[in-house]
Amino acid sequence: MSDRKAKRLFTGSIPLPTFEGFLVPILAVVAALLVGVLFILWVGKDPILAYKALWRVTFGSTRNTLETLVDTVPLIFTGLSVALAFRCGLFNIGGEGQYLVGSLAAAVAGYALPGLPAVVHIPLVLLAGFAAGGLWAALPGWLKARFGIHEVINTIMMNYISLYFVHWLVIAHLKDPTNLSQRTPKILESAVLPNLLQNTRFHLGFFVALLVALGVYFLLWRTIAGYEIRAVGLAPAAAEYGGISVARNIILAMVLSGGLAGLAGAVQVAGISLAYYDGAGFVGYGFNGIAVALLGRNHPAGVLVGALLFGALGRGGVRGMQAIADVPKSMIGVVQAAIIFFIAAEGLFRVLVPHLRQRRQASRGPGPAGGTGGEGAPHSGTATEGGAGR
Amino acid sequence: MAKVLEMVGITKVFPGVIANEDVHFDVEQGEIHALLGENGAGKTTLMNVLYGLYAPDGGELRWQGKPVHIGNPNVAIRLGIGMVHQHFMLVPPMTVAENIVLGAEPSKGGLLDMAAAKKRVRELSEQFGLKVDPEAKIQNISVGMQQRVEILKALYRGAGLLILDEPTAVLTPQEVTELIAIMRRLVEEGRSVIFITHKLKEVLRIADRVTVIRRGRVIDTLYTKDATEDGLAEKMVGRKVSLRVEKDEARVGDVILRVRDLTAANNRHLPALRGCSLEVRRGEIYGLAGVDGNGQSELIEVLTGLRPATGGEAMMNGKSLLGLNPRAIFARGVGHIPEDRQRRGLVLNFTVGENLILGSHHRQPFSVRGLLQGGAIDRRAEDMIQRYDIRTPGTKTLARSLSGGNQQKVIAAREMERDPDLLIAAQPTRGLDVGAIEFLHRRLVEARDRGKAVLLISLELDEILSLSDRIGVIYEGRVVAEVPGHEATEEQLGLWMSGGSTGRRGEAQG
Amino acid sequence: MSIFSLTVIASLLISSIRSATPLVLAALGGIFSERSGVVNIALEGIMLIGAFTAVMISYSSGSAWLGVLAAMAAGVAIAWLHGVVSIKYRADQVVSGTAINILAVGLTEFLLAKFFGQAGQTPNVTPATLPTWLPLHGFTQQVTAFAWIAAVLVVLTHVVLFHTPLGLRIRAVGEHPRAADTVGINVFHMRYLGVLLSGALAGLGGAALSVGLLNSFTDNMTAGRGFIALAAVIFGKWSPFGALAASLLFGFADALQTQAQIIGLKVPSEFLLMSPYILTMLALAGVVGRSTPPAASGTPYEKGER
Repeated sequence: MSDRKAKRLFTGSIPLPTFEGFLVPILAVVAALLVGVLFILWVGKDPILAYKALWRVTFGSTRNTLETLVDTVPLIFTGLSVALAFRCGLFNIGGEGQYLVGSLAAAVAGYALPGLPAVVHIPLVLLAGFAAGGLWAALPGWLKARFGIHEVINTIMMNYISLYFVHWLVIAHLKDPTNLSQRTPKILESAVLPNLLQNTRFHLGFFVALLVALGVYFLLWRTIAGYEIRAVGLAPAAAEYGGISVARNIILAMVLSGGLAGLAGAVQVAGISLAYYDGAGFVGYGFNGIAVALLGRNHPAGVLVGALLFGALGRGGVRGMQAIADVPKSMIGVVQAAIIFFIAAEGLFRVLVPHLRQRRQASRGPGPAGGTGGEGAPHSGTATEGGAGR
Repeated sequence: MAKVLEMVGITKVFPGVIANEDVHFDVEQGEIHALLGENGAGKTTLMNVLYGLYAPDGGELRWQGKPVHIGNPNVAIRLGIGMVHQHFMLVPPMTVAENIVLGAEPSKGGLLDMAAAKKRVRELSEQFGLKVDPEAKIQNISVGMQQRVEILKALYRGAGLLILDEPTAVLTPQEVTELIAIMRRLVEEGRSVIFITHKLKEVLRIADRVTVIRRGRVIDTLYTKDATEDGLAEKMVGRKVSLRVEKDEARVGDVILRVRDLTAANNRHLPALRGCSLEVRRGEIYGLAGVDGNGQSELIEVLTGLRPATGGEAMMNGKSLLGLNPRAIFARGVGHIPEDRQRRGLVLNFTVGENLILGSHHRQPFSVRGLLQGGAIDRRAEDMIQRYDIRTPGTKTLARSLSGGNQQKVIAAREMERDPDLLIAAQPTRGLDVGAIEFLHRRLVEARDRGKAVLLISLELDEILSLSDRIGVIYEGRVVAEVPGHEATEEQLGLWMSGGSTGRRGEAQG
Repeated sequence: MSIFSLTVIASLLISSIRSATPLVLAALGGIFSERSGVVNIALEGIMLIGAFTAVMISYSSGSAWLGVLAAMAAGVAIAWLHGVVSIKYRADQVVSGTAINILAVGLTEFLLAKFFGQAGQTPNVTPATLPTWLPLHGFTQQVTAFAWIAAVLVVLTHVVLFHTPLGLRIRAVGEHPRAADTVGINVFHMRYLGVLLSGALAGLGGAALSVGLLNSFTDNMTAGRGFIALAAVIFGKWSPFGALAASLLFGFADALQTQAQIIGLKVPSEFLLMSPYILTMLALAGVVGRSTPPAASGTPYEKGER
């Protein structure tokens, strides 16, 4: 298992969105929603009612829209987290664990530092979350950079380790003694992300998320660090040849990625829950971040759209479909998984849509050309290694 | 003579390119027929059609006079066609015997009968004089033996017609002689051979007949006894070709690179450089000749910071290059055109502009305080595209969409623009058409005329001979001989490349 | 109770085997898949679906073994999906696998609610047992019938992979698919076979977990075991016996946790719960450089490219 895999992810992903870049995610979503219809029919419910309820609850009113945006916030961060890692050829599935440690760190920073003005305290809380998440991802990153161990298994292991570790920390040490529920003490006023509209949960965190998305875009395409990260993700051998340190960038990308996921947790704590609540398991933002990143073609702009979609689905599933149309909310999980599937199988669409197929073949060029040269002919768009030229 | 195979009017088209156009090609029983053409001319495509890997878009195949349809390799194998590919199709961790019987395994009661397999391998080995060790793993045997295994694979399946694709590309001159003997033996035992090549001298030496292909079309088919080297070259390329580069006398300065007793291991932890020594002076092109796998790649990687040395020294302008990372070495004034342009030389999914700054991306004017300067990058890219005649729609085109020749120009432009004092060019013209080759050769000579030092490493003796002021031969990790360029002959170099020695050794190390 | 008394050792041993069994089965599946060149990250999801299917079918049919067969069939079906997406449509295998894992969680949750009308956990089912006339019945009851099945399958896998023509071809396809292609082996068929086998075995592993071990299905019950099985494959150098040894090791870590009270281990339970995962990471770090995957594993095969 190697960085060759990452190459496959990029056959469709170019910095500037193209028509083709838009079409596949849209088709994937439509297909997945159709799958959803099938499931709804299977439980004997009314799909039209279900989807209407979904719409009403998510974008049907200003208030609902704002609430949906609130649900979108953590997904923006986890989506950016996964997208950034992908850009370096890394598969960070550790978002769940990074989110948890980030939440806890933020909560602790929130209640344990009295006497600070909000202007200082809030950034500190967010920084704590970022740092915790970054640290949590640093280990798998280092193991990958130094030893070449694939980060998929390691980040998943770290997820489970964090689950128990954080649980133990809270129960054994950080629990609020004045309260029966399993949570840390409430964070101080100065650490709270201010609410922007009464009667809603809409908080400053939304704009923080937008800012961070812009920052990730800037990092990747306007800085040396971003250039190097992308080079390592696309062609590690060439990057090494060009003087770029592959190991350093792998670690950097993982730390940034983990930090973003930790930031997701921090923003939720500072804006919504105002404490760390020990839950039964993974929250789900980390895994959904993967889907969001894929939907968004690993581009910050796409991530914003993808996060909106998934946030809407999540909210609509519980409040709309389940509450109003009596459709089990786990159906949304099926739809979400289907989206990932259809994106992963974009080849499926290329066959179904002749137009796309022709465009793909035009940029493919001839397969063989006797050796590595292929003089006079453009190179294919899907050159693979491993197997050829041994 | 009875015709074993006829390919009549074969046409094969890929999107954007006509690989074979109305090709007529036939093979007589018991002959060695060479298929000659440049890289990209369509030779391998034609053979892939014959072997069933591609379906032709037009034309007919006739086997022993009867029309046949070859839809996949199994059909070809059944007819008795065997293919020995240019890049060996052998599974490295498996043994020789396993590789030979793969797909046609002898079995007893459902289980593999490797004893029977090994027995058959030994029989065939005897019959055709192909020395192999059935129990050795592919990853541990020599290239020459690997090739014999490939031939045995075809013979094991009863091949009557063998196709050899560029068989001599990876062999020492000595092994080539052995291969020729094998080919003659095959013909004696009643087989017929097609061999694909771009090397004129081989054709004249080995084949009975030759068919020249250019840009997908057959130019001519003739008996080799009626052919000349110049004549074939002209047919192959389409115009009179001067096989030598015009250049002035070199104005050689002092030593810029001094390598002494350099040792290093390869990827399998075996010694690749065993005490390699050479010197390159300013204003000269030093050509390093040798068969692939004798340490050239490792030498380049050590000198460019991509591999650690285990001993010895490499000094540039008196300061050691060892232990430095690629960035530091670039900073010392070393340029590197890598031998694997698609893997090392380019980030295929980056734009042309982004590729042109690779290696200098962190310096001015391309970056200021950590931020990329898009305008400066574009300007410099446009400039380079113009001066190096890189055919591309623009700076924002992905490098992946460029042809091989233009990709190489991007790399050459990038490296030369850095104005390095020492330019290491590894296989700089591999797989390129004649136009691109001439262009790059001219640029290398220009660099040398401006007082730079060029270390040229190539597997093509012609290239070495035509460009180099001094020639060194690397064999088993050491430079075993050195001669001035104008005094070298192919025979001599070939001898040194395979470990032999004449009385004269030139300025060998020591 | 002394930590080294015979009863303790026996109980740890039995517990290790019990915990290791689902891992071994899934790992064998992983071996077939990886050896043919397809990375199967979806072992986790397939195990989960297998676990659920086994419970659902055995509950509704009354036969535990029917449930097991159904679990294997379900595993094959899901693996087929993974295969189509990664082999035919050449998607990234890790992405496709992850999609299956996410799907499995949602799907099993959905189906649990739909068929059992309750959330979180199914009612208990009768476990799958072997007939009483088999020797060593008592011991078998303790380690579950699946342990025997696993042992037989380990040997069978080894024979098939290393001593049959089919095994040779599967391995060739995973190391150098083009070489296999040029001698007329159908790379796609071989890979499908590898993937479908992995589905059947992972499904069986899931059944071993639900119907063999815990006698019910709980949401997310696999808890990462599919990934640990994958680590067992790597740790065991892609060989059946190696994976068996690795699984026993991981099973031991799990056993320590479940038997902690009995053997008087005074460590906070959370750390014991963490231990299999930490051990996995250590194991992976330990085999660095000495464990190389099949060379073409993870790379989709494209015909006609040179």
